[in-house]
Amino acid sequence: MTATADTYETPDGRTIGGKVLEMRNITLRFGGVVAIKDISFDIREGEIRAIIGPNGAGKSSMLNVINGFYHPQEGEIWFHGEKRKPMKPYQIAKQGIARTFQNIALFKGMSTLDNIMTGRFNQMKTNMLAQMLWKGPAEREEVENREIVEKVIDFLEIQAIRKTPVGALPYGLQKRVELGRALAAQPKLLLLDEPMAGMNVEEKEDMSRFILDVNDEFGTTIALIEHDMGVVMDISDRVVVMDYGKKIGDGTPDEVINNQDVIDAYLGVDHG
Amino acid sequence: MFDQFLYGTEAAINGLMTGVMYSLVALGFVLIFKSSGIFNYAQGVMALFGALTLVGIQSGQVPFAHLINAIFGTKIHHFGWTLPAILAIVLTIGVMILFAWLVERYLLKHLVNQEPIILFMATIGLAYFMEGVGDLMWGSDIKKIDLPIPQGINGTIDSLTYDWFGYGFYIDNLDIAAAIIAVVLVVALTIFSQYSTTGRALRAVADDHQAALSVGISLRSIWVIVWGIAGFIALVAGVMWGAKSGVQFSLSLITLKALPVLMLGGFTSIPGAIIGGMIIGVGEKVFEFIVSSSWFGDAMGFTMNATENWFAYVLALLFLVFRPQGLFGDKIIERV
Repeated sequence: MTATADTYETPDGRTIGGKVLEMRNITLRFGGVVAIKDISFDIREGEIRAIIGPNGAGKSSMLNVINGFYHPQEGEIWFHGEKRKPMKPYQIAKQGIARTFQNIALFKGMSTLDNIMTGRFNQMKTNMLAQMLWKGPAEREEVENREIVEKVIDFLEIQAIRKTPVGALPYGLQKRVELGRALAAQPKLLLLDEPMAGMNVEEKEDMSRFILDVNDEFGTTIALIEHDMGVVMDISDRVVVMDYGKKIGDGTPDEVINNQDVIDAYLGVDHG
Repeated sequence: MFDQFLYGTEAAINGLMTGVMYSLVALGFVLIFKSSGIFNYAQGVMALFGALTLVGIQSGQVPFAHLINAIFGTKIHHFGWTLPAILAIVLTIGVMILFAWLVERYLLKHLVNQEPIILFMATIGLAYFMEGVGDLMWGSDIKKIDLPIPQGINGTIDSLTYDWFGYGFYIDNLDIAAAIIAVVLVVALTIFSQYSTTGRALRAVADDHQAALSVGISLRSIWVIVWGIAGFIALVAGVMWGAKSGVQFSLSLITLKALPVLMLGGFTSIPGAIIGGMIIGVGEKVFEFIVSSSWFGDAMGFTMNATENWFAYVLALLFLVFRPQGLFGDKIIERV
């Protein structure tokens, strides 16, 4: 694999396309604390890109920079070959970047179906007046979007909990509903913040399968943060390794686990 | 004794109608509290401001007349026209939406992620600021609502009950109209929030701001919509109360009547606001009726008057002790 080529082949025979997102020299500071220090990497069309690192390495901050919750002090973000201006999270969502959260952020009082329907928000175009009348365009739009949502529900095998308020669901299922909401947006780039945190082995296997299937069936580009090294090595095409806000490794899973800096970071070498 | 029962029933029905009027005010609180966690103290003043603006626009009053006259030495007070009711209502709704936009633009935007107590203080400030602006814009004299709202005793009910029981119930047409409007408003709001995209976005924002942003919902436009709807409800409440007792500045005190309703019904429930209002309305009228009656006096050796001033608060206090989330409010669960 050469970094300069526009495409590359994965070991399992998928062709990975050009750059969807490119982070160039990103630095993010909170007052005097440097959360991200001069990091550059790219995410390519159709790949599963993992961001790993010990606690406090700045992984979640990086995801928050990508989806616009944080604005980096330095550096550039290029999305689909264009430099991105500083934007609000909802504007970035409209551009086709969907995400899930480390601590599930679902609409707890709403049903599974309604939660996933909110994922279609950007595709709903009728105005409030038309919605109030609930005839013609508004009704048609609701039906069309509902079909897409039903497909997502089938795909994630959560038909049985369609009408259940998500606050009442077990943790693993909530994570799945949250993935469903992000999928419903049919994103160009899907960000998953620790999709398997707090899950048991069986739930982890299910989630890994869904992530691979999403990538396979819809060709969705995925960037994920994960702690479970086994999972990361199994499902990701390329891995960025962060430690103390710096990038210490970048490459295929095999490359990074043999990287001395990465081994040091995980085994805990004195940083002084 | 049957007489007493009839009088009591009449009091209860009147209480029910008054309760619906309380609910109208409480409804605006619930909407804003649900979507942004702000307890909007200014809701009552918004009702006053809405009613003032409607009367002002309809009667062709020049806004800020005193200010303009003082600065330019002119003597203008009226444009000299009277607008049709429907046009005045549409214009007033426009003003309320503009108000919502201004509140978002110049107040809420700067207070995102602040403590609830700070937001609450901001709405107190907003309330007194608006009262001042209302005074400056339209003057402080008591005004009369000039809308075709039916008023006075309902003849049909009076004669029907007279035929049945030999005693005609006094039910005010205005109260009946208010009740019908409140029911229509609640049904419309519920359908809108349950089955439309914007409604779903409203509920989403109420649940989790961060998640709402991540699916592409703009908090700011949702807040303008919510404050706009709350402004509209305030206008309806202001007009109904204004029709009852004239549009005067004491109208803003209906905020205080909505508080116990909210404690009873729950701060986050639209049906709760309605049922809570009705319970308080009926409760205070029936309680007053009982404790001020002569047979109560004979039995207990004392009677009480003007219980309406405090009854609602005592009831609300009891609820706070035994069911702090109210009848319909979200359960307070802390997962550890």
